[in-house]
Amino acid sequence: MSSPSFPGSAETAPAVSAEPHVDQTVSAEGRGAHRYPRQGPRAGGSTLPQRRRFGGESLFQWLSTAAGSVVLIIIVAIAAFLIIKAVPAIRADKANFLSYNQWFPDDPTEPKFGIAALAFGTVVSAALALLVAVPVAVGIALCLSHYAPRRLAEALGFVIDLLAAVPSIVFGLWGRDYFASPVSSLSGWLHRYFGWIPLFGGEGPYGQSILLGSLVLAIMVLPIVTSLSREVFRQAPIMDQEAALALGATRWEMIRMAVLPYGRPGLIASVMLGLGRALGETIALALTLGATNVVSADLINVGGNSIAANIANRFGEAGETGRGALIASGLVLFAITLVVNVTARVIVYRRREFVEAAA
Amino acid sequence: MSALLTTSPDQIGTALQARRMPRWATLAIAAGSVLLSYLVFFVAHLLGGGLVLTVVGAVVIFLIASTAAARAIEGGRSARNRLATSLIYSAFVLALLPLVSVVATLVGKGLTRLDGDFFNHSMRNITAFDANGGAYHAILGTLEQAGIATLITVPLGVLGAIYVVEYGRGRLALAIRFFVDVMTGIPSIVVGLFILAFWVLIVSPHLTSAHRPFYSGFAAALALFVLMLPTVTRSTEEMLRLVPPALREGAYALGIPKWKTVLRIVVPTALPGIVTGIMLAVARAAGETAPVLLVSGGNPAINANPFEGNQESLSLYIYEQAGLASKYGLPRAWTAALTLVALVLLLTIAAKLLSRRNKLKQG
Repeated sequence: MSSPSFPGSAETAPAVSAEPHVDQTVSAEGRGAHRYPRQGPRAGGSTLPQRRRFGGESLFQWLSTAAGSVVLIIIVAIAAFLIIKAVPAIRADKANFLSYNQWFPDDPTEPKFGIAALAFGTVVSAALALLVAVPVAVGIALCLSHYAPRRLAEALGFVIDLLAAVPSIVFGLWGRDYFASPVSSLSGWLHRYFGWIPLFGGEGPYGQSILLGSLVLAIMVLPIVTSLSREVFRQAPIMDQEAALALGATRWEMIRMAVLPYGRPGLIASVMLGLGRALGETIALALTLGATNVVSADLINVGGNSIAANIANRFGEAGETGRGALIASGLVLFAITLVVNVTARVIVYRRREFVEAAA
Repeated sequence: MSALLTTSPDQIGTALQARRMPRWATLAIAAGSVLLSYLVFFVAHLLGGGLVLTVVGAVVIFLIASTAAARAIEGGRSARNRLATSLIYSAFVLALLPLVSVVATLVGKGLTRLDGDFFNHSMRNITAFDANGGAYHAILGTLEQAGIATLITVPLGVLGAIYVVEYGRGRLALAIRFFVDVMTGIPSIVVGLFILAFWVLIVSPHLTSAHRPFYSGFAAALALFVLMLPTVTRSTEEMLRLVPPALREGAYALGIPKWKTVLRIVVPTALPGIVTGIMLAVARAAGETAPVLLVSGGNPAINANPFEGNQESLSLYIYEQAGLASKYGLPRAWTAALTLVALVLLLTIAAKLLSRRNKLKQG
């Protein structure tokens, strides 16, 4: 529990993180001079200053513990306050919150709303985005770590990192005002030649569709997955790679045998982190999805909605129950992303080499 | 191909090599696939034709043809290697296309309203028929909100990281470390809803005499704080771990108490890295739209007071202008987007340059 989960500490700071399980009193003596000895019979060295009860040391330790705990408090508070505000709205809901498709929470007589279509849209757009982005991202990551010349790879890696910093509203605006027209021509083409597949069965109009939303999302997720998996591939043991090459493997065989197996857990984790990002993306999808609540296999017709986009779109006109309903849907989103993120992090924590890269 | 069988003096070792496809063959296949694709898709209009389809078709034909040729000449293993190399490079080109397009669109459309008016005026009294109007109030709001969020985040984040690295033992430290990582993945809209439920709806009514909930720039700053905290904690943690233990031990040996060692030795050593992490977190937070949309309220006029009254922010301004039923809204949105990207990228690049000068290196 201790040393595998504190990677790097064993190498970089042995004095600080050794003996993690030892009780404070014992470790204070064991580690010696930097800590004032406790009072009492075991506190040897009476010439050393006595530990003050309210001195700088205990104050600082208390402060830093409190600051560290803020994170835990916030996570608990997020869940608690969302539940407080969501429960009255769900109580007022005349339809089944989990299976109903439509969203009319502010109807004065019969407030009805449900997240079925929203959750469907969220999952489908995120999954489709990853389906597009992950192979490309892995390709770029391999290119940066094993194919491109080092100088070029460094410069391009820098560009990829910059792209991760571009705000999502910019991608959303680009998707809606520029990318929508090529995608709607693509949709028409797909329908014309592959219309027999239900995914492309939509007759039009084309434009702000699940397809557009997922493609924009894919472009946004790309830098994140790329930079995480590049770190993973870079840390693959060089000895194995050289051994593979020395045995006559081609470069691709070397990557398949010595790099990919090593990087698999890290790759899975980076995909999961990308998934978490895609599930929670709000503004880009609010601008690029058609904002209609439908559950259908069709990807190309105008339509589609996601939990997060729905919150952004409906918040302005939401009344008392409407706000509660949006908070309830946010609670569902929180639960989904929490599960995804915890899974990703558990995978990461099993793999200590990858921890440094996971920012 | 034939070069392998001849025995010119400088090629004595080549008998050990397998047969290789000559370089001109690759070029010939490339030229052939472009020609074939042009004939099939552009001239004969198979599958509807068109320029894009021709380019895609050329790439696909090239991949298939070169793999087949390599398979025939060099064997299956080498063919797979060539295919993988081509695929990896084409993934790279494929990814660059939309990114170049984003930048081109951003600059092209953003320059139209990049004038003095834009940076000196707000949207007060600007109707749908007015071409002018600016983002002064939005830039002010973004700076204030990000600034307040930074003021709250930095002490908490750095102290939290100090706890995890220097003091934390056992379950609590492990839990904090784990949940800092998990927290980086919480969607920003959920954080916005949290601040809405907690601050705007529950706390803020107690702060005014009218007992009504109110939006404010401070609420937005709180949301940005929640988003920044895990990032800052995480990056500070990484940097503190890189400080050589010998520095700590030297200080302890001189009889300096631990807290002074941390504050005077460890943190200053790691400072450039810590500042880099903070700047990256600020850059990311400044671009957030979703939480600000829920809790700051938006305001067409200048409001310099983040604690009272609705406030605008640059990202929210983009969202509002993009949805405006006025032909002048969109140019304003693009110029604001250009401004926001410039702000964010400046911060990011400055942070990256600072991290290059950092003497503590990972690995």
